[in-house]
Amino acid sequence: MNEPIINFEADALTPSKGLFQERWDILKRNRRAYVSFWFLIVLFVLALLGKVFTQNIILFDPKIVRLSEKFLPPLTPFASTITPKEDAPLVGIYLLGTDELGRDVFARMVEGSFVSLTIGFVAVGIALTVGIFFGGLAGYYGRVKLAFITVDTLIMRFVDIMLCFPSFFLILTVVALLPPSIYNIMIVIGLTSWMGIARFVRAEFLSLRDQDFVLAARSQAIPEWRIIFIHMVPNAIAPVLVSATIGVATAILTESALSFLGFGVQPPDATWGNIMADGRTFLFDAPWLMFIPGFTILFVVLAFNLCGEGLREAFNPKLRSTP
Amino acid sequence: MINFILRNIWQRIILLVFISIISHAVVHLAPGEPALVDPSNPRMKAEDVQRIRAAYHLDEPIHIQYIYWVRDLFTGELKSFKDNQPVMEKIWGKFLNSLPLFIVSMMIIWFLAFPVGIEAAINRDSKFDRTSTFISYALISFPGYFLAYLLIIFMVKTFNIPVIGMRTFGLEEAPLLLRSMDRVWHLTLPAIISAIAGIAVLSRYVRSQMLEVIHQDYMRTARAKGLPEDQVIYHHGLRNALLPFITMFGLMIPGLIGGSVIFETIFAWPGMGRLGFEAILARDFPVILTLNFFAAVLVLLGTLISDVLYAVADPRIKF
Repeated sequence: MNEPIINFEADALTPSKGLFQERWDILKRNRRAYVSFWFLIVLFVLALLGKVFTQNIILFDPKIVRLSEKFLPPLTPFASTITPKEDAPLVGIYLLGTDELGRDVFARMVEGSFVSLTIGFVAVGIALTVGIFFGGLAGYYGRVKLAFITVDTLIMRFVDIMLCFPSFFLILTVVALLPPSIYNIMIVIGLTSWMGIARFVRAEFLSLRDQDFVLAARSQAIPEWRIIFIHMVPNAIAPVLVSATIGVATAILTESALSFLGFGVQPPDATWGNIMADGRTFLFDAPWLMFIPGFTILFVVLAFNLCGEGLREAFNPKLRSTP
Repeated sequence: MINFILRNIWQRIILLVFISIISHAVVHLAPGEPALVDPSNPRMKAEDVQRIRAAYHLDEPIHIQYIYWVRDLFTGELKSFKDNQPVMEKIWGKFLNSLPLFIVSMMIIWFLAFPVGIEAAINRDSKFDRTSTFISYALISFPGYFLAYLLIIFMVKTFNIPVIGMRTFGLEEAPLLLRSMDRVWHLTLPAIISAIAGIAVLSRYVRSQMLEVIHQDYMRTARAKGLPEDQVIYHHGLRNALLPFITMFGLMIPGLIGGSVIFETIFAWPGMGRLGFEAILARDFPVILTLNFFAAVLVLLGTLISDVLYAVADPRIKF
């Protein structure tokens, strides 16, 4: 006799939508963010395919040099009698033209998208790791005293110190002094951009550490690292996710600025940044060499920024434009 | 009040010491030494390298080098590795070149960002708001120098604006008026281009600040009193929204060095960013370190001024 009542109660208590579903719906309502999100997903797939087709199963080879075919504008069909047939681009058309060495710009852009995105994601990954680690320490162990200062003061002063360096100048100094390598660039960009994330995580932790679920976890003698990283970090992740999305965009822009000064990723690796930096010499003879990577960076960075903005609105109901 | 300022200054001096230690360590621990810049030169023998290293104290342990650097910095004896010129004079000269560029672009940023941001906030979700939001996102998404190149092509073709250097070569004898007009003319394009990203960021920020203020109770009270709408917005609203911008201004000061590397390189503007870039290329450690130190001083000075001004402007803050 009791059974139907219990079932009924259980039905009534289930929220109609999960937390994730609710956020997702808000993101969907923001047209620009939603479109950018799918644009980025398509881009990731393209970049992965590009990696496969330029390195493993070679469909278009970005490294073939055809000196007789240089500076061909986009959409030129392959009609050379000197260049051997097997060096022809896929489908016989230079989709985006050729550069000063007769290399296929389309193949180079496809190869570069994987490298550029990797730089963005690895740099942000490093920044996230360092930022969450320091922010978590400062937030959770903030009251612990080391000799005469608290852990919180120590870490946050260090963050202040790092914020005092003009970041681009610091990145430039370190990248220029170290031997040029794509890993150095990722690491340096990552290590100079974690401060904002650490601040966000600390702020969230300060309000989380006295809440009941943390107390409950502590009373069960769960190890502290587990409380911090498994119980608390997921609750503090929302603002971090937003700044990580925008961080990827910033990292891509930083790489292109470094390429302009000649300290970016070195050839033969192609990135959007160094294709554009090389192309600027031929701005008037072969404008597509600069315009194609330039607008690609613009659209991708714009998509990351709009997506980050959409996420920010989804996570922070106060900012929502339609109440 | 005096106590508050003194305490702030004291804290910042301690920070400054740590900053200088860290930047010194970063620059000196990285591989590559000034003596090794030109390894292919056959006339550089091992003993020459040794002599150069000894002359610049590069063979000492790193903490001794740090002490040498600090001593030289404060006695004004610090010499550049590259051309043996005093570092402070060099930086001061470049600072005077960078300053007008910085001031003009700051003026462009602040005079444009406020009207745009306020207008967008008042007419929230209007066509103007949507377009200005989108445009500012597009502007911060442009790779800086790509936008600069596009603008240069456009501006030079339409307005015939000069793009290289600070003044026209050979105009030294010209009358004062002509010379200053020439300076302004050269300043136009670099200032506009370095201001663009700033306008985009700041106008977003103005908008969100205004939005926060616009729904406050005192705004409704002001309207209920029957005040004209302009007075409500600019007198009651804007004044309250202005407070955080005191901090923003302090944070923008370091842009004087870091933000200008690219644009000064494009426009061959002999400023601090370019000086830093050339010093990095030549492994000119004293110049790099002193520039970094100078940048940190600017940041700390900016935050100090904004903290004090904040306390003066906001009567709710007590010491």
